[in-house]
Amino acid sequence: MFEALATGLFNGLIYAAIAVGLALIWGITDVINFAHGDFLMLGMYAAYWMFTLGHVDPTLSAPIAACLLAFVGFLSYAVIIRPLQRGSPMIVILATFGLGLVLRQLAFIAFSPDYRNLPDTWLSGAVNLAGVSLGRPQVATGLVALVVTGLLFLLVYRTRWGHALQAVAEDRQAASFVGIAADRINAQVWMLGSAAVGLAGALLTSFFYVFPSVGSVFGLLAFVAVAMGGFGSLPGAFISGILIGVVESMTGYLVEPAYKMVSIFVIFLLVLWYRPRGLFGRW
Amino acid sequence: MKKLFAVLMASLGIALAQGASAQQKVIKIGAVYPLSGALASTGGELKQAIELAEDIINNPHPELKGIPLAAGAGLPKLGGAKIQVVFSDSQGKPGIGQAEAERLIDQEHVVALTGAYQSDVTKTASRIAEQRGIPYLNGESSSPDLTQRGYKWFFRTTPNDETFIHNMMEFLDGLKNQPTKKIAVVYENTDFGVNTYKAVQKFAKQSGREIVANIAYSAGSPSLNSETQKLAAAKPDVAIFASYTSDAMLFVRTMRQMNYAPPIFLANDAGFIDSRFISEVGPQVQGVLTRDVWSNDLYTVKPIIKQVNDMFKAKTGKDLNGNSARSLQGVLVLADAINRAGSTNPEAIRKALADTNLSADQIIMPWAGVKFDSNGQNLKGQGLILQLEGKQYQTVWPANYKKKQNLPILPFTWKK
Repeated sequence: MFEALATGLFNGLIYAAIAVGLALIWGITDVINFAHGDFLMLGMYAAYWMFTLGHVDPTLSAPIAACLLAFVGFLSYAVIIRPLQRGSPMIVILATFGLGLVLRQLAFIAFSPDYRNLPDTWLSGAVNLAGVSLGRPQVATGLVALVVTGLLFLLVYRTRWGHALQAVAEDRQAASFVGIAADRINAQVWMLGSAAVGLAGALLTSFFYVFPSVGSVFGLLAFVAVAMGGFGSLPGAFISGILIGVVESMTGYLVEPAYKMVSIFVIFLLVLWYRPRGLFGRW
Repeated sequence: MKKLFAVLMASLGIALAQGASAQQKVIKIGAVYPLSGALASTGGELKQAIELAEDIINNPHPELKGIPLAAGAGLPKLGGAKIQVVFSDSQGKPGIGQAEAERLIDQEHVVALTGAYQSDVTKTASRIAEQRGIPYLNGESSSPDLTQRGYKWFFRTTPNDETFIHNMMEFLDGLKNQPTKKIAVVYENTDFGVNTYKAVQKFAKQSGREIVANIAYSAGSPSLNSETQKLAAAKPDVAIFASYTSDAMLFVRTMRQMNYAPPIFLANDAGFIDSRFISEVGPQVQGVLTRDVWSNDLYTVKPIIKQVNDMFKAKTGKDLNGNSARSLQGVLVLADAINRAGSTNPEAIRKALADTNLSADQIIMPWAGVKFDSNGQNLKGQGLILQLEGKQYQTVWPANYKKKQNLPILPFTWKK
């Protein structure tokens, strides 16, 4: 029972790690990035190849994967999002959807549809926490998620730059009147959000298989976490991620593993029923 | 003189036309497989195996002794016509598989269909064939209910899950130094998984065993921790798995991380025999057992298997496995029936399929032969039990196919 709870908590931290990047982009730039899961896939492949070709452990390659994804995020914003933002928001959303498809198909072409697994990494094995045996990779990823979310939180809410972000999120036009370069802020947010998911992806490879559609395994849960937490709320996405992990694990333990997804979506619906704006509403 | 010339010209024309028709006559067979999506790696391998079957039928291979149509080129009873397999992508989805079957029949005008690896896709695709009156030969889907629908146009060469699970119990009966009474079943909640579970339930009871854990899970889950915790808590003697490649990999990683090893780790084929599974996590999961229909150490018993495997390896760089070998065998049986029918008329092909009677020497599978019952199920198939040793699965059951006498090594433990 306690073990199931702990497992759920750490799985939840992983979902949270994947979701915060999405929440950040969504919250500040008002764009739902449907390619988010595929960004995760890119991060996973980056770590996979760095290990396979250069024997760089995912723990070390995670920051590199983050930088790589920051670049992908920047490109996506500069090439696709920015030119389209003059049009309707729907167009931008569809464009991110298209971007995700393109990335996935490119991965199929470049890396073949094969499932890939890293052999044992530094993180492999289990640790004992208060008598509960947990996977070391999950614990490490969970802790990194905690730190990354904390940092993002501080950045957004406690720094001058963060205030500028919030100003842009609040009212783009007004922000540009007081001398905030909205475009630059948006590009930075895309880079930051993508880097966060790149980092999560790299760490994920130490216990999850990699294949071109791997984004769809986690992508949906990330969207649920963000929507449940309240659109664009970082703490909301974080808490919801953890909630999803715990609900999943407890359902598996107490009810039936086959009902894990069902219970996640039941909770999701209940939350939206009572709080249509999500747990943490709008900031 | 003019008349003679005309007759000559005419007969020449007829001869030319006949020559041309025999030359160009191509018999199309439709094949529905998951060529993209999560199962694309398996689908691609099956496609390559079927292309090899095409080559065996269309080109002379006198070295393959006893295999119908191997010696000559094309189908002799149809004037040496070649077969052409038209592939289409089911994306692993039953709805798309069904639409593709329709397209193959209506637009490609195939004379028969084969495929679709996954039982639930085979179910929808073969429904279309049944409605249109087109013969459907399935070589590799093992869900028992496919041949319990009273279909007239559906034939299956592979033994089904019921036979396989029965074989598993026979294997367990033969283990003298291991308890085999308590069984746990871990399965994905699809046709394949649920039918595995039902069959285990049926045959475990018959053989006096009990099921201590029934663990269904959703394929492609982001985590399998609760499933593994549940399995470990049940303390079974035997854990039977029905999983595809990605979940099989994740189970191996999760169980290893939790340091839980079932004493008898027995898979129901599928993901555990995928070449990717063996290359990616094989070193960690030495000693895992699987039910299969195929093994590369069968060469010693059946030289033809080595010959065909060498051909496949030359073409793809991979060894044949239970899935690819069965797909290949399926197309060989189908082509043989079309040849015996001597026409492309669907009813004639159906009749020829129903009359199929191949002996063990006429097939590449380790079966007693191919002969269909009234439901279209091959009565002469049987499974094997194999154990992973190094990069190869070795046969451990039945005894007459066993090459290595020191196997099986039990209980199962994780290799560090």
